[in-house]
Amino acid sequence: MATLTNRAKVLEQKPMSFIERLYLPAILKGMGITLKHMFQKKATIHYPEEKRPFSPVFRGLHVLNRDEEGRENCTACGLCAVACPAEAITMEAAERLPNEEHLYREEKYAAKYEINMLRCIFCGLCEEACPKDAIYLSETFAPSNFTRKGFIYSKEELLIPNPVTSKESFEAAKGQREQQLKNK
Amino acid sequence: MEMLAIDLSLGLEKLLLIGGIISFSLLVAMYTTYGERKIAAWMQDRRGPNRAGPFGLLQPAADGLKLFFKEEIIPLTSNRMLFVLGPALAMITAMLTSAVIPWGPTIEVFGRQVSLQIADVNIGILYVFGVVSMGVYGIMIGGWASNNKFSLMAAVRGASQIISYELAMGLSLIALLMLTGTLSLKSIVEQQMTGGWNIIYQPLGFLIFLICVFAECNRTPFDLPEAENELNFGYHQEYSSMKLGLYLFAEYVNMFISSAVVATLFFGGYDIPFVDEAALAANIGVNAVAALGFAALFSKILFFLFLFIWVRWTIPRFRYDQLMDLGWKKLIPLALANMLITAVVVLWLNK
Repeated sequence: MATLTNRAKVLEQKPMSFIERLYLPAILKGMGITLKHMFQKKATIHYPEEKRPFSPVFRGLHVLNRDEEGRENCTACGLCAVACPAEAITMEAAERLPNEEHLYREEKYAAKYEINMLRCIFCGLCEEACPKDAIYLSETFAPSNFTRKGFIYSKEELLIPNPVTSKESFEAAKGQREQQLKNK
Repeated sequence: MEMLAIDLSLGLEKLLLIGGIISFSLLVAMYTTYGERKIAAWMQDRRGPNRAGPFGLLQPAADGLKLFFKEEIIPLTSNRMLFVLGPALAMITAMLTSAVIPWGPTIEVFGRQVSLQIADVNIGILYVFGVVSMGVYGIMIGGWASNNKFSLMAAVRGASQIISYELAMGLSLIALLMLTGTLSLKSIVEQQMTGGWNIIYQPLGFLIFLICVFAECNRTPFDLPEAENELNFGYHQEYSSMKLGLYLFAEYVNMFISSAVVATLFFGGYDIPFVDEAALAANIGVNAVAALGFAALFSKILFFLFLFIWVRWTIPRFRYDQLMDLGWKKLIPLALANMLITAVVVLWLNK
């Protein structure tokens, strides 16, 4: 019969030879293979003690940024909400009062800022759209929750810790990538 | 009165020895389960249990506790008495064989000669055979009393498998007995200490015996009584809690005792290789040599335990007809041929 491709192989089904029928050489060979695997490097890592690093382009949970004095960057311009293909972001703007200069960097700020993490596809377009460097995607992911409501993150949950009052948690929230960028 | 005093101390000595050996075998069996899981994991490029205690060493204790705390269910339609008797019998027969195994040479305690063998029966090997054949009752009674089709089928399989392989096992040992001329395990070990290990004279007999031991212990590739994908869980399907635990545990005790029997019969028992024990005893004392001898025996046992586990995670299970084919058409003729050749050689050498 003509073969369709030149890769076809004729299957030979000869009766087993005496050595093959003994099975013992094959068993010993198999035992050699399992013994070899005993000493090979394991693919598993000790998870809670040891974690795999995220890739440098990993896009995780959103963070609302502050400047060095601890003032919120966001001006509630709404560009992130417009850019968002999943329509996960909603916000309400408010005007800064005269005694609130230490809280907000510019005259307008977001009174309410919500991201629905169930809608979000973590594409990072909001980060690209933001003209004020106010939102960026961090190196963590949204933890599990019992209710759908729990996945709608409010402004308080998204805001980065204040660099003036709690510097260490601010650095931790910034993540290692920021650190590496700074070192370069 | 003098007689009574000696008998009392003898009784005490034996009682201590029995307690020691039973708790030791249980401990070893416990850690064989740990070793099995660890080695299985390594052979499959995994890490194995490592959460309970350092390196997961407390894992067997956690498993045992879990089994104890589980609800104990006795099926309504089961035969209650036999249902309870099954696992007990499996465990008892697993432990009984340890009585005739010489665990080490004679030691001296307070000027008394104490033998590290519970009973030096002069028909030791026959005793081993008798007890091993009783092991099938644990499986058979358990499977029958469960009143479950799968359990019964598994029990029938187990019974036929053990009976088939016992024949080849006995025949392979007859060849060994022709060489040693004694049935006492102690004298077999003593002969090997001077004349070299029996594995040198009986390699084929050893191979047949080893295969049959695997079958008797229901270990892979002969674990048909517990074939999960055909019989759900095998003969202990209806068992729960510690009754199930006893069945699973009896398998590991069986492995330990069988390893000890193989080491005693073919690998010199407590003989330390390449060392003259008598000369060593004059130097460092009888008890130290006994400890070393026990360590030698134990390392041989550990090797066979590893072999059991190693084979289990390498070879798939036999089909039932292949199992019967191997037992009746291959091993029994081979064992018969081995026996005849040994007999001819022994006769020829004696002439």
